[in-house]
Amino acid sequence: MDKLFPWWKRDYYAGALMMLLGLITAYEGSTYPVGSLHQMGPGYFPLALGVLLTFLGGLIAATATAGADGEEAALPHAEWRGWACIIAGPALFILLGGSTGMLPATFACVFVAALGDRTTTLKGAFILAASITVFGVVLFHYLLKLPMPVLAWGGT
Amino acid sequence: MIETALTDLWYGFSVALEPHNILWCFVGVLVGNMVGVLPGMGPVATISILLPLTFGMKPVAAILMLAGVYYGAQYGGAICSILLNLPCHPPHAVTCLDGYPLTKQGKGGTALGITVIGSFIGASFGITEMIFLAPALVSIAMKFGPSEVCSLMLLGLLAGSTLARGSPLKGVTMTVLGLIIGIVGADIETGTPRLTFGILELYDGVEIVALALGLFGIAEFMKSINQSVTFDNKYANVKMRDMWPSAADIKKSFFPWIRGTLIGSLCALIPGTGPTIASFVSYATEKKISRNPEKFGTGAIEGVACPEASTHSSVQGDFIPTMSLGIPGDVVMALILGALMIQGIVPGPQLVSQHPDIFWGLIASFWIGNIMLVVLNVPMIGLWVKMLAVPYKYLYPSALFFICIGVYGAHNDMFQVGLTLVIGVFGYILLLLGFHPAPILLGFVLGPRFEENFRRAMLISRGDIWVFVDIKNHPISTVFVALSALLIILQIVLWLRRLKWGPRMPRVPVTPSEAEV
Repeated sequence: MDKLFPWWKRDYYAGALMMLLGLITAYEGSTYPVGSLHQMGPGYFPLALGVLLTFLGGLIAATATAGADGEEAALPHAEWRGWACIIAGPALFILLGGSTGMLPATFACVFVAALGDRTTTLKGAFILAASITVFGVVLFHYLLKLPMPVLAWGGT
Repeated sequence: MIETALTDLWYGFSVALEPHNILWCFVGVLVGNMVGVLPGMGPVATISILLPLTFGMKPVAAILMLAGVYYGAQYGGAICSILLNLPCHPPHAVTCLDGYPLTKQGKGGTALGITVIGSFIGASFGITEMIFLAPALVSIAMKFGPSEVCSLMLLGLLAGSTLARGSPLKGVTMTVLGLIIGIVGADIETGTPRLTFGILELYDGVEIVALALGLFGIAEFMKSINQSVTFDNKYANVKMRDMWPSAADIKKSFFPWIRGTLIGSLCALIPGTGPTIASFVSYATEKKISRNPEKFGTGAIEGVACPEASTHSSVQGDFIPTMSLGIPGDVVMALILGALMIQGIVPGPQLVSQHPDIFWGLIASFWIGNIMLVVLNVPMIGLWVKMLAVPYKYLYPSALFFICIGVYGAHNDMFQVGLTLVIGVFGYILLLLGFHPAPILLGFVLGPRFEENFRRAMLISRGDIWVFVDIKNHPISTVFVALSALLIILQIVLWLRRLKWGPRMPRVPVTPSEAEV
């Protein structure tokens, strides 16, 4: 398990990301009518905030090495398996929920997400997924009447 | 003034005691207490998960329940800190210092008993503070024009992002990012779609549910996965009869309770300094004025009594600026304001007169909820202690499902689930880069109202930006702007001092869920 990046680089990335977001916002804002301070158009606020965010991003990068605030030690290790499973769970829910219904979507979501933990066994994940599925279908389909079919084949 | 307050409070009780409302209040405190005990789940994630459920509820019941989760979690969080030494909930991190040594000495029950009494004292004072202070604030705030509202929001946003956890500069950056996310969608005045990048589903703006669950659900799980802290629950067998503190313990705790309560109620009034700061300040104060400070950290009962009373009085007081001015002090309050807005209620000083059932019903429900919590925590302590053992690996997959189905159910729209996932991944990147995403939500909730008031103020002043510091015509606004400037200067001074004297080491053990402020 390697550190993702050395701590002193973190604030450069942080600042750069904010500057990028700021520039995108400012550019988008400038494509709408900007108006004047008296009669502010829809573009005025996005433009101003985009510029401000870019400035703050620059400030973060500029003070990167100086602003050590004692939080560097908290940088996490790379955890690809856990991350992949946590992303895959809801992604499967979206894919299956739209086409095959709540039951398979719920099961797949919980099952895959549970596998992200290193100590979870296939059996444990299966039992957890099965029980959450039963609970979820009863609660959301039968009690709360969510308009999502329990099982549907070939899309809605 | 006392007379009207009492009549209003009486009315509040009649609202809060309606069977429907009392039931939801109970659900709220029960769920809150439960997640407070569970290591790895916090009130922010829970309130976010419950938020979509409130769409179909009546406004009063929805707010009572969500508020119940918040203060209920504080009772539960104390159990977790004292018995397991797990600072899962930042406000209770400091309680570990003396709570856990007491547990090791076999006095965990006493510590919990002292906590419950202190919590109730603190909460009661916080509620009383709200009863008298909120209407006074409202009567001042009713006179505010757009420029005053604007500069007050500016102060609130700045305080909320600089005084909270983490680097102030990054906090402000997150607030600005939140303001930008709040812009997404059709412009209120002209209907121009803004920052939607051609995605039709974004025309209605980003849903607060998707934002909150992405940032405090998915991102938080990505951070906590496989980082499980090992803990030892061999001391965690507490029964109800262990909880009665002795007369000596009560005597020792009495003044710490009072001091903690007062510190907490002061901290509640400054936006951004919520329960976490209150508990740290009160612990430090208690240690400083104690005759034997060396006892702190080895199991001093005062070290449990003071921060806990402080946390609870601050938690209740937190609602004062939120409900009377419409300015949230922290993420939880931003979520509760968001829930109000979903119900079509505009937060602000007019809330008290337009929706007295919500305002006074909420206050009355605080009393009822706190009594419920005392009842829940004393006889049922054994059950809560058992819940401490529920492992995180079962919690987060279940929570992920509730996130998916909750976001989907809010509008029967899969796009929102996808958006939640994207925001979650983005939120985790922010966490990796050392940002605390909490201020995003503050900016997001206040953003649209800030822009609206700013535009109106500019229209009235004919584009004169100096109207905010026009001391003759807008003295209140000038004061707010001056305070904001003071905050910024203070942060720069602190930063320069740190640069000169080197970094100050953190005093706290690193908590598993730092994102909750």
